[in-house]
Amino acid sequence: MEALVEVRGLVNRFGSQIVHDGLDMTVERGEVFGIVGGSGSGKSVLLRSILGLQRPQAGEVRLNGRDLTRLSVQELKVIKAGYGVTFQQGALFSSLTVLQNVQLPMLEHLSLSPRALDELALLKVRLVGLPDEAARKFPAQLSGGMIKRAALARALALDPGLLMLDEPTAGLDPISAAAFDELLMDLREQLGLTVIMITHDLDTIFRTCNRVGVIIDRKMTSDTLAGISGNPHPWIQAYFHGERAERFGTPSHGT
Amino acid sequence: MHLSLQRDGDSLEVELIGSWRGTDLPAIDAELASQSFAGASRLVVSVPDSVELDLAGAWTLREWLKSAENAGLTVEFAGTAPGQFALIETTLAGRKHPAPPSSSEPAFEPVSALGKQVTRRVVALQYALDFIGRSVITWLRACASWHRLRPASVARHIYETGITAIPIVSLIAFLITVIIAYIAAQQAREYGAEIFVVDIVTVGVLRELGVLLTAIIVAGRSGSAFAAEIGAMKLNEEVDALHAIGVEPHEVLVLPRVIGLVVAMPLLTVIADGIGLTGGAILCKWLLDMPLPLYIDRVQDAISPTTFWVGVIKAPVFGLLIALSGTYRGLQVRDSSRELGRLTTVAVVQSIFLVIFANALFAIAFWQLDI
Repeated sequence: MEALVEVRGLVNRFGSQIVHDGLDMTVERGEVFGIVGGSGSGKSVLLRSILGLQRPQAGEVRLNGRDLTRLSVQELKVIKAGYGVTFQQGALFSSLTVLQNVQLPMLEHLSLSPRALDELALLKVRLVGLPDEAARKFPAQLSGGMIKRAALARALALDPGLLMLDEPTAGLDPISAAAFDELLMDLREQLGLTVIMITHDLDTIFRTCNRVGVIIDRKMTSDTLAGISGNPHPWIQAYFHGERAERFGTPSHGT
Repeated sequence: MHLSLQRDGDSLEVELIGSWRGTDLPAIDAELASQSFAGASRLVVSVPDSVELDLAGAWTLREWLKSAENAGLTVEFAGTAPGQFALIETTLAGRKHPAPPSSSEPAFEPVSALGKQVTRRVVALQYALDFIGRSVITWLRACASWHRLRPASVARHIYETGITAIPIVSLIAFLITVIIAYIAAQQAREYGAEIFVVDIVTVGVLRELGVLLTAIIVAGRSGSAFAAEIGAMKLNEEVDALHAIGVEPHEVLVLPRVIGLVVAMPLLTVIADGIGLTGGAILCKWLLDMPLPLYIDRVQDAISPTTFWVGVIKAPVFGLLIALSGTYRGLQVRDSSRELGRLTTVAVVQSIFLVIFANALFAIAFWQLDI
């Protein structure tokens, strides 16, 4: 396995507030990596740093071995075609239909015939389990779960090898969330995706993640699921062995 | 090179090479288009593991293989078909209707278009009446207590729409007066009637220009701000949140803005009037060598007791119109950011139109009243 995403010594500061101080993270090809942390611990800032939306004060972010913090805008554009992102609120373009939302990255990065554009976009819409009618709807006409799926369809538009998801199941009922997790695992298998996901949903973590990275004290501790839930750090213990986690029968303290 | 082709009797053997990703499609399409199926009856496709095939590439290959089948060839894979193929097959299977067109504008039908327009206008009128009625009721209710008039919020709007607009309003008033005085001076000089430049400037600024320019600037500044601010709140469901909390959105969003602008507009107008007269004085002194005491004397002769008030009395009305159309359009925003932009534009255009239209009505009324 080779590292697909590698973050080394990341430092992010906003004024006097230090968000990350020498954070390291490695995501290997083909795995599902969950990012966990308390509110305000800088999960979204980390994701934004990996996406190149946020220039870190120090450190490097390597995608496929290339340091994103030192690339020009032109070079970044090529890199950006190689990953798909969903944002917490979906961030679908409200003035475009779902189909047009999916087609937008294709129009920007690929030169396709109109027929190929329609077929491929519809393929993505169906892949994420949306009915054909939804393709013609505007984001405001969709339910929360459908918005999440539509956002995933847009993220998949360019057949990326890497998916970055910010709270993909937040705000969904447990059944929809479970269905979304299942969909994600299916797609990962079928399309050979690597997935980085920020999530608070313990169900999602246990169902989908191979490894988990916890942001504590401005740094990241990452391990396999079994390893991380055995970590003695009090916050991790509280997170994985709190009342809400007990029902999963996670490995108990010290195993 | 994305494929290698070998002919073996009547069978074609195709092997994919290299990268078959979305970004390679133009080259792949060109290469596929140059192949001919002539004289072949069998097509054998092999996809080695080393080929980077994504869904876009697989779809293109599938289309090409279909065209081969249509040309009468039998298509088969050497080994198993790639997984992407099966995925596309199952996902696109069972489609009942062709792909929804990405940009479908229905054909123009005059009768239904007319009907739609009419119903839309009627509904719009209904909404506008509803809005005005609601505003009046909220206003009456709010008058019951000082607290419900939201003095803090009103003060904020007076500051944002009034105080911060002073520099731009002053500058515009000054420049326009200078232009008018300059043109008037050029004309009047031919008749040796330079003294009447003062009359033109004074009456023009006090009666019409001061208030009209102020209103147009305020419409551009604050009318748009009202629409955009409230529109963004609508998109963000903040207006619904107000409803849910039991706060009447009209009371907290519309009323303070209307009161704020109704107060701010006369103040801005007075300032514009003052700056305009100052501009006139400076130009008369500089261009016509008219001493300041003479200018002031002439100004006093030129105006009647009502001249100043005729201008200022219009200001609160214009303020009301601008604030109402801005907030009304803001509250109409729904669903998309495009709506927000469209309705902000509508708010500005409409408030400027309403201001000028109201100004015409005022002119007629004042003429009838002989003031």
